[in-house]
Amino acid sequence: MSREDYEIVIGLEVHSELSTKTKIFCSCPTEFGGEPNTHCCPVCMAMPGTLPVLNEKVVEYAIKAGLATNCKIADISKNDRKNYFYPDLPKAYQISQYDMPLCEHGYVEIEVNGEKKKIGLTRIHIEEDAGKLNHDDYGRGSLVDLNRAGVPLIEIVSEPDLRSSEEVDLYLKKLKSILEYIEVSDCKMQEGSLRADVNVSVRKKGQKEFGTRTEMKNMNSFRSIVRAIDYEAERQIEVLEDGGKIDQETLRWDDVSGKTFPMRDKEDAQDYRYFPDPDLVTIRISEEMKENIRKSLPEMPESRKKRYIEEYNLPEYDSNILISSKYFSDLFEGATKVCNNPKAVSNWIMTDIIKELNEKELEPSDIPFTADELGNLVVLIDKGTISSSIAKKVLQEMFENPREPQKIIEEKGWVQISDEGAIKEVVLKILEANPQSIADFKAGKDKALGFLVGQAMKETKGKANPQMLNKMFLEELKK
Amino acid sequence: MELYELTVHELLEKLDNNEISLEDITKSYIDRINNKEKDVQAFVTISDKEALEKVKTIKERNTKFAGIPIGIKDNMCIEGTKTTCSSKMLENFVAPYNATVIEKLNAENMVYLGKLNMDEFAMGASTEYSAFKKTRNPWNLNTVPGGSSGGSAAAVAANMVPWALGSDTGGSIRQPSSLCGVVGLKPTYGLVSRYGLVAFASSLDQIGPITKDVTDSAMLLNLIVGHDEKDSTSVDAEKKDYTKALKEDVKGLKIGVPKEYFGDGINEEVKTAVKEAVNKYKEMGAIVEECSLDIADESLAVYYIIACAEASSNLGRFDGIRYGYRTKNFTSLKDIYRNSRSEGFGAEVKRRIILGTYVLSSGYYDAYYKKAQKVRTIIRKEFEKLFEKYDVLLTPTSPTVAYEIGSKSNNPLEMYLADLCTVTVNIAGLPGISIPCGVNSQGMPIGMQLIGKHFDEETILKAAYTYEQKIKFRENHKPMFKN
Repeated sequence: MSREDYEIVIGLEVHSELSTKTKIFCSCPTEFGGEPNTHCCPVCMAMPGTLPVLNEKVVEYAIKAGLATNCKIADISKNDRKNYFYPDLPKAYQISQYDMPLCEHGYVEIEVNGEKKKIGLTRIHIEEDAGKLNHDDYGRGSLVDLNRAGVPLIEIVSEPDLRSSEEVDLYLKKLKSILEYIEVSDCKMQEGSLRADVNVSVRKKGQKEFGTRTEMKNMNSFRSIVRAIDYEAERQIEVLEDGGKIDQETLRWDDVSGKTFPMRDKEDAQDYRYFPDPDLVTIRISEEMKENIRKSLPEMPESRKKRYIEEYNLPEYDSNILISSKYFSDLFEGATKVCNNPKAVSNWIMTDIIKELNEKELEPSDIPFTADELGNLVVLIDKGTISSSIAKKVLQEMFENPREPQKIIEEKGWVQISDEGAIKEVVLKILEANPQSIADFKAGKDKALGFLVGQAMKETKGKANPQMLNKMFLEELKK
Repeated sequence: MELYELTVHELLEKLDNNEISLEDITKSYIDRINNKEKDVQAFVTISDKEALEKVKTIKERNTKFAGIPIGIKDNMCIEGTKTTCSSKMLENFVAPYNATVIEKLNAENMVYLGKLNMDEFAMGASTEYSAFKKTRNPWNLNTVPGGSSGGSAAAVAANMVPWALGSDTGGSIRQPSSLCGVVGLKPTYGLVSRYGLVAFASSLDQIGPITKDVTDSAMLLNLIVGHDEKDSTSVDAEKKDYTKALKEDVKGLKIGVPKEYFGDGINEEVKTAVKEAVNKYKEMGAIVEECSLDIADESLAVYYIIACAEASSNLGRFDGIRYGYRTKNFTSLKDIYRNSRSEGFGAEVKRRIILGTYVLSSGYYDAYYKKAQKVRTIIRKEFEKLFEKYDVLLTPTSPTVAYEIGSKSNNPLEMYLADLCTVTVNIAGLPGISIPCGVNSQGMPIGMQLIGKHFDEETILKAAYTYEQKIKFRENHKPMFKN
């Protein structure tokens, strides 16, 4: 038997922090960061006698996520306590949902090799995040920071419908994009607002039963998830091929060595002793509320894509990239509104902006400038105020220290030279310095013109209007 | 007559007539505490200096209860004051915030005389499970005051506070009130905010007044009720003035007397006294009938499963990490948990945590917790059926009068029986009041319990008031501080 005889089966539990202003059971801010233990109060610090009160926005956001992923929304739901001891969990129980989640039976559609595939969602439920332990700041032990304790989360549990790490990658990207579009989570991976528990098993192709699965918890980078799945599937196949058997266990992915390791404390199989939280009341969701939330959902990516192709005449390829993130899509639409040049905006996003993000390891949500500013940049090019090579420098500036492009070019003195006299002066100067190029041109070598224009641009530090340079060189050469 | 002997409504009358000053009242109580606390041991923390300072700042009676002193059971948070729950675990815990009931009393500008002793984390029926001291019953100092609000009931009975707040999860206001010959009211679940009450069993806990008479009970209830956005289980009920229910009128009142509460487990003298009360009600024109509450027998089991399950989870936060007791003996995180909790909790609390953990654990959940919840629903329905026929139900409050200290504390099961008559009321979330109805041959007080419909505190207050006026218990019987 070989690798090809096996099928990989993957299911995901994705945790996403909701972007509500306040925490799920108190009115502390959810904002990331802050000095340790400054975003907390007696309730989220679990002082004796305090009680949770459910933030209704959390229910609304979770229902939004459910509706955007084709889930059935419950009429009646409740909160349950998941009991376990850990220093980042101040109540010694996490308020979550056990047997009556808000949303069930949904799906997310991905496109694998040109074919559409539905990935089933078992459920989406709400719960509270735990605090954080800082192990490094203090030599003799760990310090507890409860700023994150009580930040609302949704857990999105998929069916074991995924069959490869590529599918997982596509699924996660799609899910992230949906959550961004409906504005329930900022999905900032590096801040931990999107994390996944990954369940992997393998089975022989054609086999009906699932193999024994292993779980990798709390993974927060798509790249690591893909690598971890590939490694873990290989490992399991190898074990089976060697006649061994897979233990159902929780593993830790080590990104440095690229391997999975069993977690310690395997012997304490946790019994979470779930039971309904008596401090909270039944959650009732009326048809009217569901309808109102449904109506409030923004335009989803597929519909935007259709519009880009039909209204703006953009190629499908470009449209796919633009809708891959709400931030791209919003940037595109906002900038286009300002400059009325969709193709130009789309090109800027697809090339320079994405390149810049990749180089700086930023996410689309980190783009520091506004859509208006990008639109104005395109306007400046279209009006001939700056050349596109200057525009690239302006864009760099906009990443470094975002402000209006007009202001940048004024401050930097980057306004394009479009004055005929000034251009002519440069042209004559360059021609005088390059007699060989004149000879080449006259001998029919058109490339010489490009060289001359390039020299002129260099001379003017890219500020000369290239069309005018072209025109004037031709005029002079033909004399 | 000394000021400390008066009820609050009597004190208010004297204040209104300018016969006394607010300072006189607080001083009188502080003197009394200095005199009696060594015998009764009702306080965990005495705030005599703070109380006197506070009352001196009150120049004008801007609110009805400005400057009136009160005692608080030591499981309610007062900002800046120790809230110990009579546990080593919280021995040095200073609350960083106020319970909602405290906010309400603060709005009245009331004066705190101190925090009152209790069974550790409110788990017990004799106050013997306090980690700090054993409170004594002012009627006989060799007997228990009942519990868990034993400090509150004993302090009121001994006239060391004019009134007090207690909390009641399975009888913890009513039973000690009965044993100490005072009036204890457990309001309908949801009537009083639980925010700031250190939780024992969230679905059963309620705060309520322990007072010298029914009028004070209605007045204190007025002060503490009301919807609280910090407690999701608090109900947005119509605001009432409970003192309006204080009328001598039980004509035509339909009283049901469940026969199950007059069985073998109930002391004969208690039965006799309560039956006498039943007869008095008949004489006063009430329509009294024997009835049956089939599920009385299952109630204790249901109560101990649900209460312990919730407690096992509620007490998880006492882990030695952020506040409270932390063991000195640890080399790992597990040690901190194990040893802090082993050393910080008393035996009864541990017993209940273990029991609660067991009934929630996988494989046992359905057989215990889930089944108990089902029976709980049946109990509620049983009461609903009874209340179609009756306005109030009448039972003994406690199966016995106060017993000798130490006589039951090593027998948890016998101790659990103390809650026999009271737990059903918590399970169904109903209001219940205990008032004295007589004394036994030793002169020890006997209490009876009146149970009302949900949010119908008025009817039980009216029935209690009518009876109180009839027998004038306070005029005829006083604690003897027998040694």
